[in-house]
Amino acid sequence: MPDAEPTGDVLLYARRKAVFPKAVTGKFRRIKWAVMIVTLAIYYGTPWIRWDRGAHAPNQAVLVDMAHRRFFMFDIEIWPHEFYFVAGLLVMAGIGLFLVTSAVGRAWCGYACPQTVWTDLYQHIDRWIDGDRNAQMKLQAAPWGAGKIVRRLAKWTVYLLLALVTGGAWIFYFADAPTLYQQFWSGSAAPVAYATVAVLTATTFVFGGIMREQVCIYMCPWPRIQTAMLDEKSLIVTYKDWRGEPRGSVKQAAKSDVPLGDCVDCNQCVAVCPTGYDIRKGPDIACITCALCIDACDTVMQQVGRPRGLIDYATLEDSKAERAGAPPTSHLKLIWHPRTLFYLAVWSAIGLTLLFALGTRKHIDISVAKDRNPPFMLMSGGEVRNAYTLKLRNMENRPRLMEIGLIGLPGGVMWSDDMPRSAAARVLRRTIPADQPAAIRVFILVPRGTASQELHFALRALDSEGGSDVHEAKFDAPGDEE
Amino acid sequence: MADKGADKGAENRARQHIDTATGVETVGHEWDGIEELNNPLPRWWVLTFYITIVFAVGYAIAYPAIPLLDRGTEGITGWTSRGQLAAETKVAENARAATRSAVGTTPVEQLPSKPELMQLAVAGGKAAFRVNCVQCHGAGAGGNPGFPNLNDDDWLWGGNLKEIEQTITHGIRQPGDAQTRQMQNMPAFGRDGLLTAAQIDDVAAHVRVLAGKDPASPASARGAEIFAANCAACHGPAGKGNRQFGAPNLTDAIWLYGGSRDTIAATIGRGPAGVMPAWQSKLDPVTIRMLAAYVHSLGGGEDFAPVAAQPQAAAHAGR
Repeated sequence: MPDAEPTGDVLLYARRKAVFPKAVTGKFRRIKWAVMIVTLAIYYGTPWIRWDRGAHAPNQAVLVDMAHRRFFMFDIEIWPHEFYFVAGLLVMAGIGLFLVTSAVGRAWCGYACPQTVWTDLYQHIDRWIDGDRNAQMKLQAAPWGAGKIVRRLAKWTVYLLLALVTGGAWIFYFADAPTLYQQFWSGSAAPVAYATVAVLTATTFVFGGIMREQVCIYMCPWPRIQTAMLDEKSLIVTYKDWRGEPRGSVKQAAKSDVPLGDCVDCNQCVAVCPTGYDIRKGPDIACITCALCIDACDTVMQQVGRPRGLIDYATLEDSKAERAGAPPTSHLKLIWHPRTLFYLAVWSAIGLTLLFALGTRKHIDISVAKDRNPPFMLMSGGEVRNAYTLKLRNMENRPRLMEIGLIGLPGGVMWSDDMPRSAAARVLRRTIPADQPAAIRVFILVPRGTASQELHFALRALDSEGGSDVHEAKFDAPGDEE
Repeated sequence: MADKGADKGAENRARQHIDTATGVETVGHEWDGIEELNNPLPRWWVLTFYITIVFAVGYAIAYPAIPLLDRGTEGITGWTSRGQLAAETKVAENARAATRSAVGTTPVEQLPSKPELMQLAVAGGKAAFRVNCVQCHGAGAGGNPGFPNLNDDDWLWGGNLKEIEQTITHGIRQPGDAQTRQMQNMPAFGRDGLLTAAQIDDVAAHVRVLAGKDPASPASARGAEIFAANCAACHGPAGKGNRQFGAPNLTDAIWLYGGSRDTIAATIGRGPAGVMPAWQSKLDPVTIRMLAAYVHSLGGGEDFAPVAAQPQAAAHAGR
């Protein structure tokens, strides 16, 4: 900071300078409103969308069903053993951020990040209750009195309500929303629901109401990563210092001996900044590229009759080229860097792979766990028996008749612990309940003298849709001691 | 306030010695020219320390804490780890109450007709088996010499649910239990001098012939006569055994004490009489019923009701 140049000891702690961003209108403010409305609508609306899945599955379009270990998203149902789909989505989200950064810089930070959206909401509450920037600063400096206390209490109450609504909406993704809504207010919801709401209310209040830009500047890793990802070709909010400097008001310019730049030093760009940063100092972690300073500066430029775009979305490279007289590169062209295309390719490849895996995944599944104690069992007739626990999964929303068959192990027959050995055969049939795994214990018997060997359990659905799965297993037999 | 404090601090500093090399004040002592710097603990640390002291006092009042001569203080909350265990056990018991009462009111032979109840009973039996039975029968119920393998299809006393339940309830060769399994023991043919060692060897040879392990021989022919006179009453003329007396089938592949000629001879010589506790004196009837269900489910269970021949896969808790 130029006004407090540290001498000697560098302090690791910087006291927060309160930010009172001024209201602004313009193109980017309108985009910000639109993005805020869309993102909030998605956040609050999604859990309430209904989706008919038949009798055996919940009818909520997006549901993370912890109790039954299922993740529902419209027509997609993810089982715990398919968690790689979720992992893949997270990887896509990560690379998606890279992609967005490469194409349009910190657009995520500036428009869509929840911290940005909620900080924006809270700053609107400030303006609504305390008035705009100057009124807020005045109230902040004023001594505590009845009026200030009433205003502060009102503001914090609204803060808390907004925080509660924010934290409250989150839980509806984890249970049937209408049911949970009633349970929540009647006090019969699960304790974890109240705990979640309490924690998220607290974090929303603290992050959105109190910490605000400090989260972006000090806590969030993403801006730090951005410093490694942005270069002269990245689209950022740029102050064209070659055009603006030296600064001076219109009056000063008239009196000055040297010609002054376009910047009239009105400080509006700083006044509207939600993080309180002065973009004229150059790119910085504190600039979330929300472009509100562009709106502010354009308004002022229009008033003083100078061309817009003193502060503008531009790459550093373009800013230099423009100084030399070259026309600015179109934003569309900027987006199509080779780097952006590379990220797009990687992102799309993962997405297509996931879609392919999703389209071709099996809807039935068998896994086998062999009894190891004892590994094999000698029967009275001299036959050898092994025991296995089979886990059969029916991932369809209806009960299905399935057939378990033995592959390999000549002479082997199979029965389960709920039927007599006399009914043993090479195949077993079971109806597996809808959307559930079923465990059955089976015994396999082979004639005396059969050696240890591999075998396979094959699971086949016996309805028109079909489908099959195979699992390998081992059959243990005693050695030739006799 | 703050100004006053600062003034006082400045006064103090002026009075105290400041170490020139580091600029830190010293504690004021000196040993042969060596001084100690005064770097106080951070305030947050000290405060946390004080809080722990306050907490400890409160804890010592509320909970058992201070050892006395013959006992400890009890604490005003009355908490004990045993009491907590009892409370948690009670909660667990309450949670199981419905299942246990359902198992208790269902005759054991009808359990298989209620697959979900049967599954719960098997699970409960498995847990009880781990505690009470593995010491002799092994963790996988695979048995040990003299302690039967419960996985196979060879039963000394009967292998249907009802028979297993009776065996567990009343034990084997338990004096004082009228329904215990068979008080009459196999004679110790060798030890008691009923047969000579040579005769016992001949019987052992015959038993191996019965089991199809050896071809007939002169020794086994001699043994056959002795067998008919001494053993067939319980084991049957063909050695097929008799469950009423717990006499094992000698013709199958399973040997409780070992199937070599030497171990067979040794077994005849000492006349084993396996025992098992009457578990009704230690376990409640519901646990015993669950144990019977578990043992029956291990793969050798007999007498399935017709309804169990067309079973449904047991379902997990439905949604």
